[in-house]
Amino acid sequence: MKNRHLWLYFLFMSGSVLIGTVPILLQAAETPTASMLANSCAGCHGTNGSSVGPASPTIAGISNDYFIETMQAYKKGTRPATIMTRIAKGYTDEEIKLMAGFFSKQKFIRYEQNFDPAKARAGKKLHKKYCDKCHEDAGRSAEDDAGILAGQWAPYLRYSMDDFNSGNREMEKKMKKKMDILKKKEGDEGVEQLIHFYSSQK
Amino acid sequence: MSHIDRRSFLTLAGGTVFATALGYPMISFGTGKRVVIIGGGIGGATAAKYIRMADPSIEVTLVEPKKTYHTCFLSNEILGGNRDFKTIAFGYEGLKKRGVNVMHEIAIDIDATAKTVTLKGGKKLGYDACIVSPGISFKWDAIEGYDANVAKTLPHAWHAGPQTVLLRDQVRAMPDGGNVIIVAPPNPFRCPPGPYERASQIAWYLKNNKPKSKIFILDNKKKFSKQKLFQAGWQRHYGFNTDHSMIEWISGDAGGKVTRVDAKAMIAEAGVDFKGSVINVIPPQQAGRIAFAGDLVDKKGWCPVKQNTFESTRHSDIYVVGDASVAAPLPKSGYAANSEAKVCAAAVVAKLNGQSAPVPSYVNTCYSLITPNDGMSVAMVYRFDKQKGKVIKVKGSGGLTSDKASAEMRKREVSYAHSWFMNITRDTFF
Repeated sequence: MKNRHLWLYFLFMSGSVLIGTVPILLQAAETPTASMLANSCAGCHGTNGSSVGPASPTIAGISNDYFIETMQAYKKGTRPATIMTRIAKGYTDEEIKLMAGFFSKQKFIRYEQNFDPAKARAGKKLHKKYCDKCHEDAGRSAEDDAGILAGQWAPYLRYSMDDFNSGNREMEKKMKKKMDILKKKEGDEGVEQLIHFYSSQK
Repeated sequence: MSHIDRRSFLTLAGGTVFATALGYPMISFGTGKRVVIIGGGIGGATAAKYIRMADPSIEVTLVEPKKTYHTCFLSNEILGGNRDFKTIAFGYEGLKKRGVNVMHEIAIDIDATAKTVTLKGGKKLGYDACIVSPGISFKWDAIEGYDANVAKTLPHAWHAGPQTVLLRDQVRAMPDGGNVIIVAPPNPFRCPPGPYERASQIAWYLKNNKPKSKIFILDNKKKFSKQKLFQAGWQRHYGFNTDHSMIEWISGDAGGKVTRVDAKAMIAEAGVDFKGSVINVIPPQQAGRIAFAGDLVDKKGWCPVKQNTFESTRHSDIYVVGDASVAAPLPKSGYAANSEAKVCAAAVVAKLNGQSAPVPSYVNTCYSLITPNDGMSVAMVYRFDKQKGKVIKVKGSGGLTSDKASAEMRKREVSYAHSWFMNITRDTFF
């Protein structure tokens, strides 16, 4: 994959003279720019990918690979969605990579949400205990392709947890293990407390 | 520096030639980076924002008569009692902050040769690129007895704003057991699922407040957008296909074509006479007025464009985006107008900087709400086909909400519809 990026880099840097000469490169020239593609997402996900809510998630700052993985899962229909399974099918693998590059470079802007302070406090403890190892920095980090949870819109987090827990969406092994323990010890209330913690972060 | 400032300066300095000869750096005449946008709806406002985002050296003037814009999308929720009128109002402060010169004036003419836009009162604005986003106007002569004057009492509510409030208040004031008549327009028209979402939202209000009432949709057409999903929704909530259906849809074939409206007797004449307590006539449509004045329309009253840039095929350096343009398969929707405006903005920025037009990409997403907890959507990804010279749907992408979608997923569609509303309006006006 790294080589492929290099190739693209070379293609862009080399300019139109080269693009015009080789047929396979001509085809690549028909791919829209990253910003052209990404701008068409803004109607639901906000300008440059930071959503003003109340439910559609912010995709700014997302990990490059997590974005690609998510779009590919929507494309294949292996991750449930209302509308994204239909939209993802409109893009080539190359276009998805370009969008991933665009959104991973944007700043995740956090907007104020309503939350229950007591639940958020309880959620903070649960986060440390169960989630922080992968969703580092109180869920703010996109390192190691973790989804950013801090400041993400609560209804979206709730839908995601519902889909995980109903089995409609596959959980990573490590996550499933932790979730199983959390659910056993803390019940659905524990999940709800986590959501309040994440939506409390600015 | 705004146009007006420069203009008055030029007058003081003794005219264009003299001032240019002096070579004042702030005089941007001849720099070739002035964009005048006519119409501050979704298309025009989005174009203004995205041009300024891409190249702040471009001087953008937005000409829009109204100080407040009311979105048509989701205005039906106001009729259902599910949305406050204030939430669909947007001003232009956000665009001003981005350096857009907003002029609350009426554009009355475009001179494609002199490259000027004439404002009511005679003032002229010079441009290097002009983007026209005029929305729709109505064919007032299409239905006998219905014109701009009658619309003051029998609202169309197809331009949101006072018309929306008028229709809402009439539905509120009508007796239980009365009829609401919705006269749906022929294709093509703004917001294809709109009349049917409107029926759904009014039905929600009536079901909860005036359950003996009925809605008749008198349609010019044989079929309509999202028809199966609407009818399934009406079946779930409003007794559709039973003797007690709150909504009756009468197609053009079955006597739904309205030829005359009698505002005094409150009758819509189709195959038979329909008497209504409220009559909502959505008239046949065409491009907004300035498109006619600027000679941008074809015989059918819409604006043909090169669909990769939205430049008019009739006059160069004039672009038309939004409902007024001939952009099918892109629909006449808010999301499409927003998407078209971004493609157009990128093309205009490229051209003013001596570059070729970028490869476009377009999306449409459109939600319709049947109840506060039951929604659906249609989506599509589009690209430009160079050989055909037009926009095409990307095969395999998009489509409707599944008719097998669970109640939970249909409920999520509502919250995503509200998110869409929040984000698209922010993406357009701020």
